[in-house]
Amino acid sequence: MTVAALTSILIWLPIGGALVVWLLPLSRYATGSLAVLVSLVEVGFWIEQASRFDFSRSGLQLSEKTGWISDLHVSYHVGVYGFSLWLVGLTVVAMAACIGYGFWVGRDRARAYFGLMLLLTGATVGVFEAQDLLLFYAFFEAMLIPLYILIGVWGGPKRLDATIKFVIYTMAGSLLMLAAIVVYGLQVGTFDLVSSPASASRWLFLGFMVAFVIKAPLFPFHGWLPDAYRQAPPEVAAVLSGVIAKAGLYGMLRIAIPKFPDPTSFYRTPVLALAAAALIYGSLLAFRSPDFRGVVAYSSLAQSGLIALGLFAGRDLGFDGAVLQMVAHGLVSTSLFLIAGTIERRTTTGEFRLLGGMARGRPALATLLLTIGVISLAVPGSASFAGEFLILAGVFQRAWWWSAIGAGAIVLAAMYMLRLISAALHEARGSTVDDAALDLRPGELALVVPLVGVLLALSAWPAGISHHSFPIGKAPTAAVRSQFR
Amino acid sequence: MSIHTPHVDWFALGPIFVLIGASFVALLCAVLVPRAARRVAAATVSGLGFAGGMALAIWLYVDSASGHTIAVGTFYRDRWTALGQVILCAIGAATTLLAVEHVPGWRRSASLDRRDDHVAEFFALLLASAAGMAFFVAAANLMVLFLSLEWFSIALYVMCAIDYDLEGALEAGLKYLIVGSFGSAALLFGSALVYGATGTVSFHGIAAAVAAHGLTGDWFLALGLALIVAGLGFKMSAAPFHMWTPDVYEGAPTTVTAFMSSATKVAALLLTLRVMNSAFPHDSHLWTWGFAGIATASLVVGNLAALVQTDVKRILAYSSISHAGFMLIAVSAGSALGARALMYYLIPYSAMAFGSFAVVAARERELGVPVTLDNLAGFGWERPFLGVAMWFFLFGFAGLPLGGGFVGKFYVFAAAYRHGWVWLVIVGVLATLVSLYYYLGVVRAMYMRPSEELRVRTEQGVVVSGGAPARETLLHLAVGAALVVSLGSLIAVQPLIDLARHAATSIPF
Repeated sequence: MTVAALTSILIWLPIGGALVVWLLPLSRYATGSLAVLVSLVEVGFWIEQASRFDFSRSGLQLSEKTGWISDLHVSYHVGVYGFSLWLVGLTVVAMAACIGYGFWVGRDRARAYFGLMLLLTGATVGVFEAQDLLLFYAFFEAMLIPLYILIGVWGGPKRLDATIKFVIYTMAGSLLMLAAIVVYGLQVGTFDLVSSPASASRWLFLGFMVAFVIKAPLFPFHGWLPDAYRQAPPEVAAVLSGVIAKAGLYGMLRIAIPKFPDPTSFYRTPVLALAAAALIYGSLLAFRSPDFRGVVAYSSLAQSGLIALGLFAGRDLGFDGAVLQMVAHGLVSTSLFLIAGTIERRTTTGEFRLLGGMARGRPALATLLLTIGVISLAVPGSASFAGEFLILAGVFQRAWWWSAIGAGAIVLAAMYMLRLISAALHEARGSTVDDAALDLRPGELALVVPLVGVLLALSAWPAGISHHSFPIGKAPTAAVRSQFR
Repeated sequence: MSIHTPHVDWFALGPIFVLIGASFVALLCAVLVPRAARRVAAATVSGLGFAGGMALAIWLYVDSASGHTIAVGTFYRDRWTALGQVILCAIGAATTLLAVEHVPGWRRSASLDRRDDHVAEFFALLLASAAGMAFFVAAANLMVLFLSLEWFSIALYVMCAIDYDLEGALEAGLKYLIVGSFGSAALLFGSALVYGATGTVSFHGIAAAVAAHGLTGDWFLALGLALIVAGLGFKMSAAPFHMWTPDVYEGAPTTVTAFMSSATKVAALLLTLRVMNSAFPHDSHLWTWGFAGIATASLVVGNLAALVQTDVKRILAYSSISHAGFMLIAVSAGSALGARALMYYLIPYSAMAFGSFAVVAARERELGVPVTLDNLAGFGWERPFLGVAMWFFLFGFAGLPLGGGFVGKFYVFAAAYRHGWVWLVIVGVLATLVSLYYYLGVVRAMYMRPSEELRVRTEQGVVVSGGAPARETLLHLAVGAALVVSLGSLIAVQPLIDLARHAATSIPF
């Protein structure tokens, strides 16, 4: 086995696992254990991949390429860059935690459920590793299929409306992207992302961007977000906001910005404005939101805006910060949704007016929620602080008022996050909070504590990501300009 | 006095003769084989016939690298024909599998021992119609085209009405007969006009005459062309010639619908591409625009009308209209890329169309009533294999990357773009978006609604779904084969495209 095979293994291992889970008539317990095992092995393979990755080299690494549709110059081409490595890492870690959560709560129809979660893992890793436009599109769409069924079958009472809205929104964007992919690929004569040249077409840029801003999402394309995040099972909401949303942002970084340099600068101000709007609007809605998941959902909208701000600043610090913030926020929102799930299991609700006083007698829950909350609101010293600081510094180099808006939003972040912590943990005891409601159980701790551990490690050494996303010694803008070659 | 007989390449007509021969044998089974063994015997003959036809067609494909006409320019012996016959025989074999356990034409009102009296006729008709279609895709002049069209259509009319116990089957057969005859008449009239204008019925002769006499844009010829397009449009159920499709698909036995929705489309579209490019290359500005318009109309009508249906067969019928639209985009590109796109698209499409109707047939056999979105509730959980297969087909129809439908759409869009028609790509994209709603609606019905509430009132009293439905191994086999084809066509794109490319070399572009 060559080292490059790791890249493909990361995609096909979970998909193969999904097939095994679907085909073998195992018990619920065995199915869940198998799925958790596969997701942990996946993390192991990722660690191996990261250890084989040479951060000082530029260009694609650990790549594999075989023909798929040579007629139209489409190939199965996978590989990783520094930043995609981190996003793959985020995916496998977050998915392992979420699959573990599904196992812990004992989802019914276990074989279908765990198979779909594994399929989702493989498809998402595929998005971050694909180096061919059509392959990228295939994985981008393939994420949607398990998500649709996961929300539609295991979701909340209003899940049917939520799924339809979610699918129609995201497909509207991605089908326009398909049209753009066809046109772009046939124009330049190849669908290979590494070798294809830059294009100056504004229409094509918009075709790609519409898919990415819906997936991310940015204001005003977030109509699907509140319903999907509230109706999805908590671990699926965690995946949605922690990982799937990052696929949209990754698309901007990998395709929209490097392949369309002129349209990027032409549309820079409108995109920055949308991002800033998402940031402020999301923060305000998060502050007004009546329930736990609403806060996390709208804060994801805000964070997507912030990251897009960093990406479209077009400055070195902005790119570094955006990648760091993608990973940091991915971990934060995954753990917050999982905690939301644990609270809902104890109280049957996430509504703040029925919650409160959960800190009393539940030190583990309180400590973890507080830690994540503090990291999330970008207290100096946290990973989010480093990410947000870099983004703001990057966007400051563009114009000072963008960073003024961003800084204002960070104040709002402190407000909504502290409101969430106090509404859930402190204040008078809520009517649904039973004295007998347990603290986090060992199983739940085993899921959330590693995520928090990774976050603390990142807080201690944010440069681990921010200095290792683009070739060491090469400015990120130069890497983007050379299209990561 | 000696009669001059032309030289005939009998081997090139092999697949057709095998199918028609099997049809005769199946018909003999109806009278010679004892009642108890009749069903199995006829089905075996049918299966062997299709297998033999397919083997010969594959042989012909390999052996016909340079395409030419045979039997005084009446048939083509080339790879386009052979590949089309391979696909048709595969669909026929799958239909045989689907039919064995529940043959259309059995009499539910008859006493138990007499129910299978007339099942052999169904297989004879199936083989005859497939033979007609194999004949049809080989046609090299307008007379053969018309004769073979009538041949397979007449077999299909009877097959639609064969279950006359079934409510709506006679209506479906009659409707198909009347509307289909209208289409045939249009085709015949068009052929007559084209003959009048050019003095020949052979495809190549027409093109040569148009070039020689400068007939491009001739009104007579253009009217004839338009009528031929209309006649073929009826067969492929493209809008605005689609009115019969939902009613006939709904009323016909589901096994027959599965066959029609896949095989008829394959035959009609393959022939359309051929006749347009071989006979009317000088009028391509007319028919490319014509087909672009028909494609747009089919996409709009098919997708919008499907949104409001509740009967699953009707939903799939409208979906087949919209897919005719997608495939006509490839025809309207009028290029070798378009031909590859069409040939490729037909493979996963016919697998998905056949497979989805087969799944509907399974539910119908379980409940004994027409399958609607309501009585599909819980189906996915009760019969996991069929449920998973169905969502593969539906997501594949919608162009999600679960099967070759995704690559097919990509190819069709590529062909339209190469032709310079970005607007047609946008139309296709928007149509796909609309189609998601009803495809997902079926998935939602199967998986996301509780099955407990489902009580179906049938003639036998109230039926609760689930429990232990009859184990239909062969039906599962047919669905599994469709699943393998639709998935395999996603992985093995290039080999299939190479086949299609070789097939398309015999068509002049």
